[in-house]
Amino acid sequence: MRAGRLTAPVLAFVGGVALWEALVRLFDIEAFILPAPSAIWTSFVTNFADIWSYGFRTLIEAVGGLVVGTILGILVAAAVARWTTLRLGAMPFAAAVNAMPIVATAPIFNQLFGLTSPVSKMAVVALMVFFPVMANTTRGLVEADPARLELMRAMAASPYEILRRLRIPTSLPYFFSAMKVAVPLSLIGAIIAEYFGGPQDVLGQYITNRAQLFQFPDAWAAILVSAVLGISMYSIVLAAERLVMPWHVSIRAAE
Amino acid sequence: MDFIVDAQKLSKTFSGRSGTVEALSDIDLQIEPGEFVSLIGPSGCGKSTLLRLIGELLHPSAGRLIVNGKDPHQARLDGDYGIAFQSATLLEWRTVLRNVELPLELADVDAHGRRSRAEELLAMVGLSDFVDHYPWQLSGGMQQRVAIARALGQRPPLLLMDEPFGALDEMTRESMQQELMRIWRDTGTTVVFVTHSIPEAVFLSTRTIVMSSRPGRITHRIDIDLPQPRQFEIRESPRFFELLTEVREALRQGEKLS
Repeated sequence: MRAGRLTAPVLAFVGGVALWEALVRLFDIEAFILPAPSAIWTSFVTNFADIWSYGFRTLIEAVGGLVVGTILGILVAAAVARWTTLRLGAMPFAAAVNAMPIVATAPIFNQLFGLTSPVSKMAVVALMVFFPVMANTTRGLVEADPARLELMRAMAASPYEILRRLRIPTSLPYFFSAMKVAVPLSLIGAIIAEYFGGPQDVLGQYITNRAQLFQFPDAWAAILVSAVLGISMYSIVLAAERLVMPWHVSIRAAE
Repeated sequence: MDFIVDAQKLSKTFSGRSGTVEALSDIDLQIEPGEFVSLIGPSGCGKSTLLRLIGELLHPSAGRLIVNGKDPHQARLDGDYGIAFQSATLLEWRTVLRNVELPLELADVDAHGRRSRAEELLAMVGLSDFVDHYPWQLSGGMQQRVAIARALGQRPPLLLMDEPFGALDEMTRESMQQELMRIWRDTGTTVVFVTHSIPEAVFLSTRTIVMSSRPGRITHRIDIDLPQPRQFEIRESPRFFELLTEVREALRQGEKLS
């Protein structure tokens, strides 16, 4: 069954790459428009050590910002869920800030925390990640089923016990859907912040430099690294989700 | 005589945007230990509100209420009642066993005591083979049996039930009623049972309280003198039909009054 499920996507991938290669060769497409997969692969292999070490530095920025933004998001969500007045006061502003393109702050953070410091990139990532985590987790914490709340009260549960035994488990699906948004955001944030300057040995700088020198297969090879990093981080979130809440509808439906 | 529930001139008004609604007015109700009392009436008659006042999930606007000889607040904190709702309200992240353990956990019973008590309760409701299942793996009737087992965790002297079989099909419902009768006899617990089904009220109760709406109040108190222990066949007895008619007439009269 499992092999059968994998067949279709593998065939689609191989077919797609083959078609891409064929089109590039057949129509003699210039590398600055679209390099052939074989050219990207050659660059990927030749520059393997370099681009992976750049990828690792970018990954540190993304994960650092992700961790800080997620922790802050959870803490603020807990406070805001606990005090209704705070929630009513803060949520409109949170929504407004969330609607604004946060990457636009990258040049400012670069100056604020130092162009060469990874902290400036982490700050952009943390800010980008903060809002989805905070908003979703708050919703999860607040939205416990009224009948279950009544049940907990009937069993003389304290507010802390209600939080621990009802509100936190209820919020987990919300938290994990936030993480599925936050993880790709963290790599986007890190790479875009790198475009605005800083150390050269990171993916964002490498991509801009190689593109400026018309070395497009190199730029694409670096993008391939970022894709592998993004997919790996996303898979970790999926695995953690399965581990933490095997009982949830979304997971048991997939079984 | 010590009553397990003693309500005197109990009233409850809800105030909302569209003004105030008198949900319950002038309720006098005394329930003796061991009774099985059904509250029946049209929707909006305040039967669920009355149940929630007894459980201190709501607070009365006026009147006096004593539960198990105490202030209802103290009775709730002491775990003097177990409760079951129309929806089983099981926590889907817990297994059947751990759902039944929940009230015991909250009462700080140690792990061993919790487990043996929960297993005992699940054996009583015939779910010993489903201890490690998750709620979604059970049928509606089985989920409701878990909810009843959970409600009985701390051997409460009082069991509050708010239309617990309302969402079940007729066949399951009758077998659940049978099972509840057996549990009631075996545990000796007092039951206050909200329903809008006349046969259910007559089959289960020792006394049926008929209520009417706007404002919610008690119009009739009917003793159900069917012999114990009640078996399925009692539903086909002439006395059962007489009592059905009596409750139905009481409900109709109540409607005319309001």
